[in-house]
Amino acid sequence: MISDVVVVGAGIVGCAIARELAGTQLSVALVEARSDVGDGTSKANTALLHTGYDATPGTLESRLVARGYDLLGDYAERTGIPVERTGAMLVAWTEEESDALPGLKAKAERNGYHHCGIVPADEVYRRVPDLGPGALAGLTVPGESIICTWTTNLALATDAVARGARLLRGARVTGAVTGPQHTTVHTTRGDVRGRWIINAAGLGADHVDAVFGHHRFTVTPRRGELLVFDKLTRPMVPLIVLAVPSSRGKGVLVSPTIYGNVMVGPTSENLEDRTATGTSEDGFEFLVSKGHALMPDLFDEEITATYAGLRAAIDRDDYLIDLDHAQRYVLVGGIRSTGLTSGMAIAEYVTELLTEAGVDVAERADLPAPPRMPNIGEAGTRPYQDGERIAADPEYGRIVCFCERVSAGEIRDAFNSAIPPADLDGLRRRTRVMNGRCQGFYCGAHTQALLQSGVAR
Amino acid sequence: MSPAATHVAVAVVGGGPSGLTAAATLAPQVNGDVLVLEREAQTGGIPRHSDHLGYGMRDLRRFISGPAYAARLTDSAAAAGAVLETEAMVTGWSGDGTLQVTSPRGVRTVTADAVILATGARERPRPARLVPGDRPDGVYTTGQLQNLVHVHHSPVGERAVIVGAELVSWSAVLTLREAGCATVAMVSRHRRAEAYSVFRTLGRVLMNGPVLTGSRVIGINGKGRVRSVTVATQTGDRHDIDCDTVVFTGDWIPDHELARATGLDMDAATRGPVVDVALRTSRPGVFAVGNLLHPVDTADAAALDGRHVASAVQAWLLSRENGPTAARIRAEAPLRWIAPQLISADGSAPARGDLLLWTDEYRRLPKLRAVQDGRVIATKRTPWPAAPGRIYRAPWSLVSSADPKGGDVTVSLA
Repeated sequence: MISDVVVVGAGIVGCAIARELAGTQLSVALVEARSDVGDGTSKANTALLHTGYDATPGTLESRLVARGYDLLGDYAERTGIPVERTGAMLVAWTEEESDALPGLKAKAERNGYHHCGIVPADEVYRRVPDLGPGALAGLTVPGESIICTWTTNLALATDAVARGARLLRGARVTGAVTGPQHTTVHTTRGDVRGRWIINAAGLGADHVDAVFGHHRFTVTPRRGELLVFDKLTRPMVPLIVLAVPSSRGKGVLVSPTIYGNVMVGPTSENLEDRTATGTSEDGFEFLVSKGHALMPDLFDEEITATYAGLRAAIDRDDYLIDLDHAQRYVLVGGIRSTGLTSGMAIAEYVTELLTEAGVDVAERADLPAPPRMPNIGEAGTRPYQDGERIAADPEYGRIVCFCERVSAGEIRDAFNSAIPPADLDGLRRRTRVMNGRCQGFYCGAHTQALLQSGVAR
Repeated sequence: MSPAATHVAVAVVGGGPSGLTAAATLAPQVNGDVLVLEREAQTGGIPRHSDHLGYGMRDLRRFISGPAYAARLTDSAAAAGAVLETEAMVTGWSGDGTLQVTSPRGVRTVTADAVILATGARERPRPARLVPGDRPDGVYTTGQLQNLVHVHHSPVGERAVIVGAELVSWSAVLTLREAGCATVAMVSRHRRAEAYSVFRTLGRVLMNGPVLTGSRVIGINGKGRVRSVTVATQTGDRHDIDCDTVVFTGDWIPDHELARATGLDMDAATRGPVVDVALRTSRPGVFAVGNLLHPVDTADAAALDGRHVASAVQAWLLSRENGPTAARIRAEAPLRWIAPQLISADGSAPARGDLLLWTDEYRRLPKLRAVQDGRVIATKRTPWPAAPGRIYRAPWSLVSSADPKGGDVTVSLA
């Protein structure tokens, strides 16, 4: 069979594009190298819904982040993707940083964001009393929010599939032959044929670009490590606390997470290995030292988890989105660290490019309703709290993961979903199982048994 | 729809040895229900999956296996008339003495005239210990390992490295052996690894590699599955040990979330609630027992807490009086913590008649000193050692002469 469009990469950007195009008359195949959707950069970012206040004005990134903020905010309401409108505040710790705040406010305005405010030290401490000593001033960004990146990816993928997209997991692109009417993409799961090919392959985008004969950029994996603190620290961090870019070097953020924890990070380190998602001694030392200065009392509590994500950095300062009409090939590269927010806007933009290339992208009238996603955000009602739900189905009251309060019903639902997990990591992203403070001390063996029987089905 | 509400005389949160023993002791003596709320599918606590002998020595005068011990305590509590509810998790409080409970039977609140927190302790996992590296499969705490082997009969790997050399670490060696997995190294940061000297010979016979003292695991390597660990010695030398399984043992922390959620006074050293000799917490009507208070003593010691708390619970149910005035007891480094933390005016002795301590340094024949308001009130030497990785017991007589209305009593090594 020959699809009208083949999208390579099922991260947030690829799934958003697949969803958008599957909502037209076009037939869509979504091809993912790994065993699950959202297993690359999309699962290990800082999970912030960015206003775009700090983008470089005039860039494509700036435009698409601002547009994506609105699109994803709206989509989250319709699908139940957890979002918390916490707001953010940059904190200045030196005169240099303090002096930079008016310039950052002006830059935000050039990006179309007009809600920043400069606040004095006493207001900074009124908002975040547990901040370490020495803050001089702050810049508020009220619209900056936290969101669940895992649910976002799954919602977009589920919606794409519901609209008719064909998802192929475990299919890594190894080559492509472009013919006059369609392209044959060779993958580790066989050939996939499509008229238009869209490269949203993130960490592998330059390799896929090379398959199409292009050598215009290189992806440098840039690792960011983060510490996640126990939920008992959540009351200390009511909003996202950001660093002011300065000559002191990279600062870190302290932020509440959508699951009720607090995170500190990220580091930023260029690597060569695109699979190097391990954490490092130096990374931990950096985060502990920065975290101590930022909020010393955090360290009276336990660290629940640590993780590292790889950003697909390229040697450019903006997104690299390019349509090659002759090849019927679109590159969606260089999405840096803002793809979660901008993904739906990128999809809109790619659709515009296809329109200009003469492709019919009229939206169908018979679209299914967007999927309602299970709530794994701490601020919303979870099944273990829902007496009505448990009365109708006792499996929602049978708690498997005590620390995160995850029920057997939710785990069962994940395996029965349109895109079931392929491994423990995938089950964790759909339910929060084993993400808690005991890290499997109580639930690990039982979860492994459920995983084995679930994956076997 | 507001949740259903039930009322009991005594609610015990946690059905491990301390909770079950408290329930078994109280049920025949109390007017009204004694309800044990256990979130696992079976009561019994950690002993359920600790399939080796040594349980029941001080409370039952037995030397039986963990699972047999768990079954016995369960039967006793049930026979005594306690109500044992499993798959029932206390998720929080809604007001004083009111617990929020989720189970397959629904969401409800349980109000109780007395609440006993018996939530135990867990081992600190790898991320809490900040061990960097890859995040492959095959990294466990002993809790997960025991569940895998004894409850689920799942395979673990073939070559394991154990982190820690506490009592439980040796239990991990046995469990791994039963699963056909060799222990190729035990890594301890202490200079002396043996928490119990009997394990020196026995343990080493059971292991297929060295006990590395003064060392730390500073990295885990492997994609998919563990391939090796990186170990650093105190001199800074590093080397890798090939393995496919890593077990993080000991380094216990109380499961104190419910205690903190209701605002009990907490002891920064034990990280559990502050209790007096009768096991009352700072909130009248709320009591605490077991490894939530002293992470961790052996199961029988925790069970004896459960037996001991009964009289204070009874007194509370009859008269609703607060605890008497008390002086605070504190431990001085290298003693890390001490339990109980309050010496009361009524002159009573704690469970088992002992003070429980945890030391960060080894002393062969330790001499203890208790000081209050600048005066040495007692000194005692124990004929047994104080060793890191196990409870150090001291006689209550060390502090029994303190003035409950006086200042803090400081216990230190002389």
